[in-house]
Amino acid sequence: MKTLREAKVGETVKVVKLHGEGAVKRRIMDMGITKGVEVFVRKLAPLGDPIEVNVRNYELSIRKADAEMIEVE
Amino acid sequence: MENKQLRIALAGNPNSGKTTLFNKLTGSNQFVGNWPGVTVEKKEGKLIVDKEVVLTDLPGIYSLSPYTLEEVVARNYLIEEKPDAILNIVDATNLERNLYLTTQLTELGIPVVIALNMMDLVKKAGDNINVKELSRQLGCPIVEISALKGDGVKEAALAAIEAAKNGKTIPQHSFSGPVEHALAHIEEVTVHNLPEERQRWYAIKLFERDEKVVESLALSDEIKAHIEKDIRAAEKELDDDAESIITNERYIYIGQMLKGIYKKKGKGQLSASDKIDRIVTNRILALPIFVVVMFLVYALSMGTSIADGGVSIGTFLTDWTNDVLGGAWLTDGSRAILEGWNVAPWLVGLISDGIFAGVGAVLGFVPQMLVLFLMLCLLEDCGYMARIAFIMDRIFRRFGLSGKSFIPMLVATGCGIPGVMASRTIENERDRRMTITTTTFMPCGAKMPIIGLIAGALFGGSTWVATSAYFIGVAAIIISGVMLKKTKRFAGDPAPFVMELPAYHLPAWGNVLRGTWERGWSFIKRAGTVIVISSIVIWFLTSFGSVNGKFGMVDDLYEDETVVTDEYVAVVADRMGVPEDEVEPMDDSILARVAQPVSVVFKPLGFGDWKPTAATVTGLVAKEEVVANFGIMYAYDDNDGEEELEENGDQIWDRVAEDFNAFSGGHGKLAAFAFMIFNLLCAPCFAAMGAIKREMNSARWTLFAIGYQCCFAWVMAFIVWQLGRVFAGGMNVVGLILALVMLALLLWQLFKPYKEAQKLTVK
Repeated sequence: MKTLREAKVGETVKVVKLHGEGAVKRRIMDMGITKGVEVFVRKLAPLGDPIEVNVRNYELSIRKADAEMIEVE
Repeated sequence: MENKQLRIALAGNPNSGKTTLFNKLTGSNQFVGNWPGVTVEKKEGKLIVDKEVVLTDLPGIYSLSPYTLEEVVARNYLIEEKPDAILNIVDATNLERNLYLTTQLTELGIPVVIALNMMDLVKKAGDNINVKELSRQLGCPIVEISALKGDGVKEAALAAIEAAKNGKTIPQHSFSGPVEHALAHIEEVTVHNLPEERQRWYAIKLFERDEKVVESLALSDEIKAHIEKDIRAAEKELDDDAESIITNERYIYIGQMLKGIYKKKGKGQLSASDKIDRIVTNRILALPIFVVVMFLVYALSMGTSIADGGVSIGTFLTDWTNDVLGGAWLTDGSRAILEGWNVAPWLVGLISDGIFAGVGAVLGFVPQMLVLFLMLCLLEDCGYMARIAFIMDRIFRRFGLSGKSFIPMLVATGCGIPGVMASRTIENERDRRMTITTTTFMPCGAKMPIIGLIAGALFGGSTWVATSAYFIGVAAIIISGVMLKKTKRFAGDPAPFVMELPAYHLPAWGNVLRGTWERGWSFIKRAGTVIVISSIVIWFLTSFGSVNGKFGMVDDLYEDETVVTDEYVAVVADRMGVPEDEVEPMDDSILARVAQPVSVVFKPLGFGDWKPTAATVTGLVAKEEVVANFGIMYAYDDNDGEEELEENGDQIWDRVAEDFNAFSGGHGKLAAFAFMIFNLLCAPCFAAMGAIKREMNSARWTLFAIGYQCCFAWVMAFIVWQLGRVFAGGMNVVGLILALVMLALLLWQLFKPYKEAQKLTVK
């Protein structure tokens, strides 16, 4: 299983499934990361965390710990 | 019905131009406050086009989920207050995510009008949106606007008024078969007695198992079990949890709807904002750029004055205000005038030395703060503030703080008041409260003289004392952050973990100036009243007292030889432990009398003497007062031709050192260091406490913050004094054991495991 955390900078991945539950999962989905959507990994923050991704045509920053909940291909 | 005031709610995503639109719609008819009980700002205003209509600016939100404070505030307002219409601002450049909120708003049974913002940018990029078709599919009127230029703003307002009078919005989107099936069932068994237009929203929320809605409806266990069966069936069929099913299907619906409506042409091109961001948050350049930006903010607002070769306009104006306006005009000027009118001397003292000196001290900060707030508003408005959080998040989240906490901390090294106020840009309430509680641990400019005094008097001016002060401040923030985030008080709200990085844009000057002024004015108002009252109280406490059985102004009473007899002077000298020729009127002031017993509190910290106690208490008015009071108490007389007391009080260093050594049993250095620690970490000045109260918007939280600061300061000073004496000799066994217990508790709280909360507990 590959997660968004493991996706490399410059890579475009497709979301397969979201793991976890409750507030964290809902917030990620509210921001538009849902099943089937394409996510482009734009960059890593200078200190290595969080990451910046482009989803649904806007920029989103997400912590690696949370990106781990997002299964991609 | 005729004269009923119409109420319209303005809703939309953060960064969608909502503030700009609100300002354009209401002009100067605004009232800024807070939503009851929370630190979320509430703004209302009367529409320019129709003064009878009230527009309420809801917090910027992405969804109506029950998980963030802003969302809960917004939906409580929409459900409970039932505004007559919702004006939903939608950013056309970010249509999918913005419409996600729209699909939720249209379910509330309140007429919705969409203000489609930034259409000009979409067209400029060569894209096209079929607005007519979008309006038809969403089932609500759409007005194209440019909030920045003001185009279409009036039309949007008129459309919203029209909708409020006789509009109706029926949600057009539907969910998949299994979900609709469950929703129909839920509607039937639970909410059929509610007004028809609201049933769907409640049914969807019940389907999502929204705890707050379930609670508010007070359903019987039987019904709950019944609908649970329906939800389970849909979940099984669609292989996901109910909440995710709904979210997912909303986005799927939007995606399909936009296919025929949104024609994209210019794909794949980097926008100007993307190009800027490639440099600004570049892995290598981001940190240096960040340091330069922070340095500029600091240097321009609170750095060296332009009069002294620096670049700070703020400091220049503040110096002028302090020296000329506050010192010369207000204090001395008012005294001259009042004396000219033959006003009673005590009244002159109250007005000139009490009120005007206090007000002057507050006014002095205003220019620095305005410059500072101006720059913070600029950073916020142009989109850089979100990048600061992006860059600093990794470091600060370990201490239960936010990446944005960096700015309040930096600002607090100049002055704690704007530091506390700068916390307003932190979205998450928990992070904000944590930042407010810990920010004033940073040694501010006014604490510098205390450090100077202690370093000079007892440590031979050693620079490590000053360095250690900053180290202690930073350590106090880190230790407090780690400890507090594990407490119940702070464990409630989930931390933010996903954040939009909005596109950079040129700042809207109207917003920036308005934001600057709002913060500046709220400071003048709130902190102003606090400091005026506290100045009066402290002035009273130091000026009045009972001398030989007679109550009055101590200075006057000491003029009277029949009251202050030689025997009486001997009594006072004995009580204060000073030679008879050093007895002063102030020794009989209420403050001195009160400080004597209060000093017991500081005995275990090594400085349980009335002088440091009185200095600490007066330090609450302003930290500069600590050294000024030492000056008075250690009999530095500035009236007999000598030069004025230096800021760090170097003329009284010998006397201070002697005294500290005397009452601490020879451990003067240790006692002085404990004294410094306590004064650095304990409650800040009254003006900063006023700012804490304003930003916390809750008496309970304000008391908690100030109480915590005092306790923390006491414990730290206690540990230093008790453990220090083990090495310096003169160990106290009970004290040592207590100190070790405190230290152990502290370490346990620091290192015990911790798990981030998942649920929001606020109402």
